[in-house]
Amino acid sequence: MDTAQGYVLVTALALPLLAAGVLLFVPGSQKMVARYFSAVIGAILLGLSVYVFLAYQAGGDVLQMQLRWAWIENVGFLGENGISLHLGVDGISALMTLLTGVVAFAGTLVAWKLEYRAKDFFILFWILIAGVYGTFFALDLFFFFFFYELAVVPLYMLIGIWGSTRKEYGAMKLTLMLVGGSVGIWIGIFAVVHEAGLGTFDLPTLWEAGQNGAFSPEMQKIIFPFFAVGCGVLAGLWPLHTWSPDGHMSAPTSVSMVHAGVLMKLGAFGIIRLGIQILPEGAEFWMPALLVLGTIGALYGAIAALTQRDFKLISGYSSVSHMGYVLIGLATLHEVGVSGAALQMFSHGVMTALVFLLIGALYDQAHTRDLSDFGGVAKVMPLWVIAYVMAGLANVGLPGLSGFTAEFHIFVGAFKTYPVFGGLAILAAAIAAAYMLRMFGVVFFGPLNPRWKDLKDLSPIETISAVLLILSMLAMGLWWSPFTDRLANTVTSLPGVIS
Amino acid sequence: MRDFTLFIPEYIAIAGAIAILATELIWPKIRKDYLAYATAAGALGWLVAAIPYIGDTAGDFEGVLLADDFTTYFRILAAGIVMAIALISAHYMRDRTSTAGEYYGLLLVAGTGMVLMAASRELLTAYISLELMSFSLYILVGYLKRDRLSNEASLKYILLGAFSSAMLLYGISLIYGVTGTTSYEGIAEALAAREGGTDAATVVGIMLIVAGVGFKVSAAPFHMWAPDAYQGAPLPITAFLSTASKAAGFALILRLFTGALVVDAVEWRAVIAALAAITMTAGNLLAIQQSNLKRLVAYSSIGQVGYMLVAIAAIGYGDAATAESASSALLLHIVGYTVSTLALFTALTAHYNRTGDDSIAGLRGLAETQPFLALVITASLFSFAGLPFFAGFATKLLLFQASTTDGLLWLVGLAAANSFVSLYYYLMIMRQMYLFDPPEGQTRFRPAPLLGALAGLLLLGVLFIGVYPQPAFEATDRAASALFEVSASGLVRLP
Repeated sequence: MDTAQGYVLVTALALPLLAAGVLLFVPGSQKMVARYFSAVIGAILLGLSVYVFLAYQAGGDVLQMQLRWAWIENVGFLGENGISLHLGVDGISALMTLLTGVVAFAGTLVAWKLEYRAKDFFILFWILIAGVYGTFFALDLFFFFFFYELAVVPLYMLIGIWGSTRKEYGAMKLTLMLVGGSVGIWIGIFAVVHEAGLGTFDLPTLWEAGQNGAFSPEMQKIIFPFFAVGCGVLAGLWPLHTWSPDGHMSAPTSVSMVHAGVLMKLGAFGIIRLGIQILPEGAEFWMPALLVLGTIGALYGAIAALTQRDFKLISGYSSVSHMGYVLIGLATLHEVGVSGAALQMFSHGVMTALVFLLIGALYDQAHTRDLSDFGGVAKVMPLWVIAYVMAGLANVGLPGLSGFTAEFHIFVGAFKTYPVFGGLAILAAAIAAAYMLRMFGVVFFGPLNPRWKDLKDLSPIETISAVLLILSMLAMGLWWSPFTDRLANTVTSLPGVIS
Repeated sequence: MRDFTLFIPEYIAIAGAIAILATELIWPKIRKDYLAYATAAGALGWLVAAIPYIGDTAGDFEGVLLADDFTTYFRILAAGIVMAIALISAHYMRDRTSTAGEYYGLLLVAGTGMVLMAASRELLTAYISLELMSFSLYILVGYLKRDRLSNEASLKYILLGAFSSAMLLYGISLIYGVTGTTSYEGIAEALAAREGGTDAATVVGIMLIVAGVGFKVSAAPFHMWAPDAYQGAPLPITAFLSTASKAAGFALILRLFTGALVVDAVEWRAVIAALAAITMTAGNLLAIQQSNLKRLVAYSSIGQVGYMLVAIAAIGYGDAATAESASSALLLHIVGYTVSTLALFTALTAHYNRTGDDSIAGLRGLAETQPFLALVITASLFSFAGLPFFAGFATKLLLFQASTTDGLLWLVGLAAANSFVSLYYYLMIMRQMYLFDPPEGQTRFRPAPLLGALAGLLLLGVLFIGVYPQPAFEATDRAASALFEVSASGLVRLP
C-alpha cells in the first residue's frame, strides 16, 4: 500500500468538507471572502486531482494509493475491518477524479457571479463535491453509500433555493427519484453483506469473496438489478431518466455543471463498482437488458433533444442520450467498450459542463432560453459561440475532440459484441449532429435580433473556466493514450470483461 | 438475594422527586424554572451514580429485578432523557403553569419506571413498572389543565392505556396458567419442556402480550392514541413520549422476548414482522398528510417504531448470534433516535416559546430568522431520514444490516423503502424553512441561551453518533450481550 499517496486522497476528500465547515462561520455578508476562498479551494482540488490522475501508474496494480483507517470493527455483527475508511483509486476512478477536479473548479468560478446567499451556496456546493470525491475513492461499501447519499442530498436545496423555472418541482422530483434509486442500492448492500457473512463492508474483501463463490448465481441474478437500477436512476437510465430534463432545467448553472458533468457519472460508476465487480454473474445475465435500455436511452434522448426549444432541455435530453452510450459501453462487457464507457464519462462530463456554463452565461443576460427568441448571436458574443461550437462538435463526436475518442471506443466495442446495437448507437450520434446543427443555425447565425444587441460576451472568469474545459476536451481528443493506458489494466481486471 | 445497593441511582431519582414535591409545598412561590434546574441536577446525580455500574457483574434482586449492563444502559438513557426534558421544560412550563412540582417530580418517577421496565425479569414486576411509567405519563400529558387539547389527550391516553393494560394482564395470566410461573427463565424452561408443541392458550397469551406492549410503543394498528396524545401534551412531554416511553417499551420487549418467549419464536415472529411492516408503512404514509408538527412527529415516530420492530422480528427469525447483534444494533438505533428527537424538540420548543405556533407552516422562513435552530431541525430530520453525517444514517444502516436474515430480506427492503417515503415529508418541512421568506413582521431573533446551548450539544451528539458510532456501538453491544448471558442459562431454542 502506498500510504503516502493515500493521504492525497484523504486531503481531496477532507478539503471540501473543511471548506464547508469554515464557510459556516463566515458572515453571510462577506460574499467576496466566500468567493475567493472557494476559488482557492477549487484550485487546490484541481491540483490534487491532476496529481492523482498523473500519479496513477498505468502499468501498476489496479488499486493504487490505498489507505485504510479502521472506523467501526469487532463490535456487534462487525468483525475485523468491519467498516473502515478504505480509500483508493483504480484507473476508472483516477479518471473520474480528474473530471471532478476540472468540473468542480470550473463550477466554482461560474458561481462567482451568484449574489443571493452566496455563502450558503458554497457550503452546500462543497458538501456535494466531497460526496463525489468520496464515492470515487471509497473501497468500503458503507462509505461508498455514505458519500453517494451525501452527493445527492444537497441538490434539493441547491436547486430549490437558487434554481429557476419550476425550481421546487424540479428539486423535489430529482431528489425523490435519486434517493428512491438509492433504496435499491441499500437493499443490495444488505443482501450482499449478509450473504457474504464476513461481517465486513470492505469492497476488495467482498469482491474476493464473490470470486470464491460466496454469492450464488441465483442470488446474483436477483440482486444485480437492485444495484443496476438504483445506480441507473442517477446515470439517466431510460425510463428512469425523467428527473434529468426537469432537474437540469431548474438547477442553477454551476449545479447543472457539476450535476450533469460529474454526478450522473456516479451512477455509471456505481454500476461498475457494485454491480459488475461484486456480482459478475448477475451482471453477465442482465447486461443484454441494460444494453437495450441504454440504446433506447441514446436514441430517445437524441430524438427528444431534436424537438425541444429550451437550451437546457436540449442539454438535459442530450445528457440522457450520452449516458445511454455509457451504458451501451458497459453492457458490451468488452475491453474496448468498457474503456469507451469510462472515456465517455469523462468526455461527456467536461463537454456538458461547458454547455451548461454557456447556457448560464446567456440566460443570466437574456432571461430566456427559448431557441426561437435568438438569432445571429455570433455577432455579439463571438467567444461564447466559439466555445459552444467546440462543445457541440465534441457532442457529435468530431475527431480531435474527446467525444470522438470515447464514442469510437464504444462503437468498436459494440460492433464486436452486438453489431446491431452498434449500428443503432451510430444512428443516435447522427441525430445528435442534427440537433446540434439545428441549434447552431437558429441561434448563432442568421440576422441578429435587435433585442440582443447589448448582450455581453463571456466574462474573464467564465472564459478561464471555459478554456479549462475546452483544454480537457482537446487533451482527450488529440492524445488519448494517457487516458486509455490508465484504464487498460483496470478494465481487463473487471470480472467478466472479455478482451 | 436482597442486595439493596443495586439500585442506588434510582434512590437518587426518587429522592429527587420527593424533594422537588416538598420544595414546592414549603415554598409555593419558588420560580418554576428553578424546579427544572433542580430536576436536571437530580437527573445528573442519577446519571453519575449509574456510571460505576457499567461493566459491573450482574446483580440479581430476589429474582425479580436484574441490575446488569442492559439495565445500566437504560439507566443512563433515562437519566439523560429526564435531564434534557427538564431543561427543555424550564421556560415552557414557567409560562404556562403556576404549580410545577408534580410535573418535575413525575418526570423523575416516569424515568425510574423506565429503568425498572428494563430491569424486570418477571411478568408482574414488569407490569407494575410499566404502569408506574404510564400513570406518570397520563398526568403529565394532561398537565396543562386549562388547555382543552391537553385534557382530551390525557383522557384518550388513559382510556386506551387502561384497555391495553387489561390485554397485557390477560396475556400474562394466560402465560402463567400454562407455565405456572411468572419469571422469565421459568417461562422459558416451561415452554421448552412442553410436549406436543403449541397450545392455543400460549399463542393467545403471547398475542395479547404483543398487543399490550404494541399499544405502549404505539405500533400500528394500536397507534390511534399517539397522534392525539402527542398533539395535546405539553411540547416537552411530547418529546418524552417519543423518546423515553418508546425506549422503555423496547427495553421491556427485549428482555421479555429474548428471555422468556424466544423459545416459542415460531409463534410470534411472523406477527411481529407483520406488525413492523404495518407500523412503518402506516406511520410514514399518514405522516405525509399532517399539517401540525407534533402530529407529524407522532406519525414519524410510529414509523421509527416500525424500524425498531424489524430487529425484534429478526430475533425471532435468526439464530442466537443474529439475535444478539440485532439487539445490539437496536439499542444503538434507540440512542441515535433519542438524541435526534431531543435535538428536534429543543429547537422546536425554542421556536414555540417565541411564536406559539406549532403548525408546519409556522416554521416558514426560519432559516432567515433563526438559522441555528433551522440547522438543528434539519439535522434531526435528516437523521430520522437516515442521511449521511447524522446519527440516523449509521444507526439505521447497522440496524437493518444486523436484522437481515434469510427470511426477512423483504422486511428490510420495505424498511429501506419506507425511509425513502419519510424523506418526502421531512423535505416538506425543510422547504418551509429554507425555500420561503419569513412572514411579514418576523425579524431575526436569538433563542434562549439555555435552549440554544442544549440544542448545540445535542446537535454535536447527533453528528458524533453519525460520524463515529464505535463508542456508542460498543456500549450497546455490552448491554445486548448482558441480555443474552442471562437467557443463555440452560435455554434451548426450538427449531
